[in-house]
Amino acid sequence: MKYKIERFFKDGLIHVFLIAASLTCLFPLFWMIGSSLKTQQTIFSDMSMFPKNPEWGNFYAAWTKGGFGMYFLNSLFYTVTVVFGIVIISSLAAFAFSRLKFPGKNVIFYMFLGAMMIPLPGSFVPLYVLMTKLHLINTRIGYILCMINVGLPFSIYLLKTFFDKMPVELEDAARIDGCSKLGIWRNMALPLARPAIAVIVIFNSLNVWNEYILATLIFSNKSLMPLQRGLMIFHGIHITDYSLLMAGMTITTLPIILVYLIMQRHIIKGITVGAIVA
Amino acid sequence: MNNIRAKTVFQNYLFVLPAVLLFSVFYIYPFYKVFTLSLCQWDGIARFDFAKNFIGMRNFIELFQDKIWWSAMLQAGYITLIALTFQNALALMLALACDRDIKGGNIYRVIFYLPPVLSEVVVGLVWRWIYDGNYGLLNHWLYQAGLSNLVTDWLSNPKTALTCVAIIHCWKGFGWGFIIFLAGLQTIPRQLYEAAKVDGASSWQLFKNITIPLMIPVFILVSILTVLGTMQVFVLILSMTGGGPGYHTEVPVTRILESMVGSSRFGYACSQGILFGAVLLAVSFIQIKLSKYMKQA
Repeated sequence: MKYKIERFFKDGLIHVFLIAASLTCLFPLFWMIGSSLKTQQTIFSDMSMFPKNPEWGNFYAAWTKGGFGMYFLNSLFYTVTVVFGIVIISSLAAFAFSRLKFPGKNVIFYMFLGAMMIPLPGSFVPLYVLMTKLHLINTRIGYILCMINVGLPFSIYLLKTFFDKMPVELEDAARIDGCSKLGIWRNMALPLARPAIAVIVIFNSLNVWNEYILATLIFSNKSLMPLQRGLMIFHGIHITDYSLLMAGMTITTLPIILVYLIMQRHIIKGITVGAIVA
Repeated sequence: MNNIRAKTVFQNYLFVLPAVLLFSVFYIYPFYKVFTLSLCQWDGIARFDFAKNFIGMRNFIELFQDKIWWSAMLQAGYITLIALTFQNALALMLALACDRDIKGGNIYRVIFYLPPVLSEVVVGLVWRWIYDGNYGLLNHWLYQAGLSNLVTDWLSNPKTALTCVAIIHCWKGFGWGFIIFLAGLQTIPRQLYEAAKVDGASSWQLFKNITIPLMIPVFILVSILTVLGTMQVFVLILSMTGGGPGYHTEVPVTRILESMVGSSRFGYACSQGILFGAVLLAVSFIQIKLSKYMKQA
């Protein structure tokens, strides 16, 4: 009995601590959403979390006048194309590293591993120089290729470890049935690797959606910019228009939160794997 | 026969070709370029000619005397120190709290990892609005609580700006440490605790003699990744303070960006990148050596 009471109080205290930490995590998000529903007049005076007369028109104004509709579609386009590119290219390479034989295989693989471990701060400087040289500055394809490259090492590593665990017998059976190497990759390796691909898709989607610095250096044309860049531009021009800024930020953040809530299991698995790689 | 083998090898190369091609163009070439550029003086516009622009080690010599650069380094070190202590301690305490079979553990886990998935731009701009000197929520609350003597323009005050940024960095990062600590804690076999309890060990003794020793590899991993990640923070700074007031929240990467975009000194920017990368490598190397030493002790 005494033990039970003690345990009850202990758990209660722990819950208080956990709830306090949770509130600190959630509070700025609620403040952002709440502020996005205030008008330009009330935002500086109304300190309530959620305003009594929510101004939904802010979202419309941000989407059209603020340009966030355009930025949103750009972000969506970059995220989908980059992630698609990463999945195809990294799975092809990982399949070869795991299953095929060719000279220099290990050297090439360790090169990718090394890229994950050597910190290269300011790599955007030479990258910018290169992009200018290749006339890829201010082009969608330039940004997409850059971002695919960013995601490759981690994805190749993750998929290779996955393919390594795949039973060889399955592959042999497929080969006897006359399946080509490309066929084995497409019909066997890819479907079997679905859990690993899920982790890759989610991680890279978050990464591309949240990317800021390359988008800043590569794009000077507004109509090509993704959301993160658009937010900073909007903040720079309309420095006091906080309700529209908050609406734009809500537009930027809600898809991420939704994806996160749906896929959180895969995400948490991915972090643990990511840490082990490092 | 030989012909067929050559053909298969060639086919196999085709699988890695796209990856290798992209990687060579967008990683290896810039990697090499950083080293050549760091020995040159170049504005990024004129035609680049290595022989003509070559200035030897002059960029590095200037960098060693660049006071703003070293204070940026110190400021990044300060943020890292706060992240190492405050952020990781918080993450560990929360992980310990969730490791016991507590109701709603999964909900807490989902909430704590929310800040890490948000973009640094969004996080920075929301907190900038909360910290705002005139209309910010923080000052409003301080007035309400009768603490008006504490009210200040948080991000424009040289005394508070850096700490404010550091706190937000911790806010964004602790969920990540939490997940890793929790994963580590869950690998500790429960029987160890049971056995020690039967022998009459107190909770503190359990923590000190079972949890801590078994968690050392995880502590090392988290501390290395925290240092590498925090030293290179910069988007959060751009969106919160832009490096100001003055140079009080500048960090190395914002200085690199400034050399490149602000003053068009590409060579100097590259030398900054190399020096900083070398420092990071050295720090993680020391950490690994130190942890090996600690493991033996």
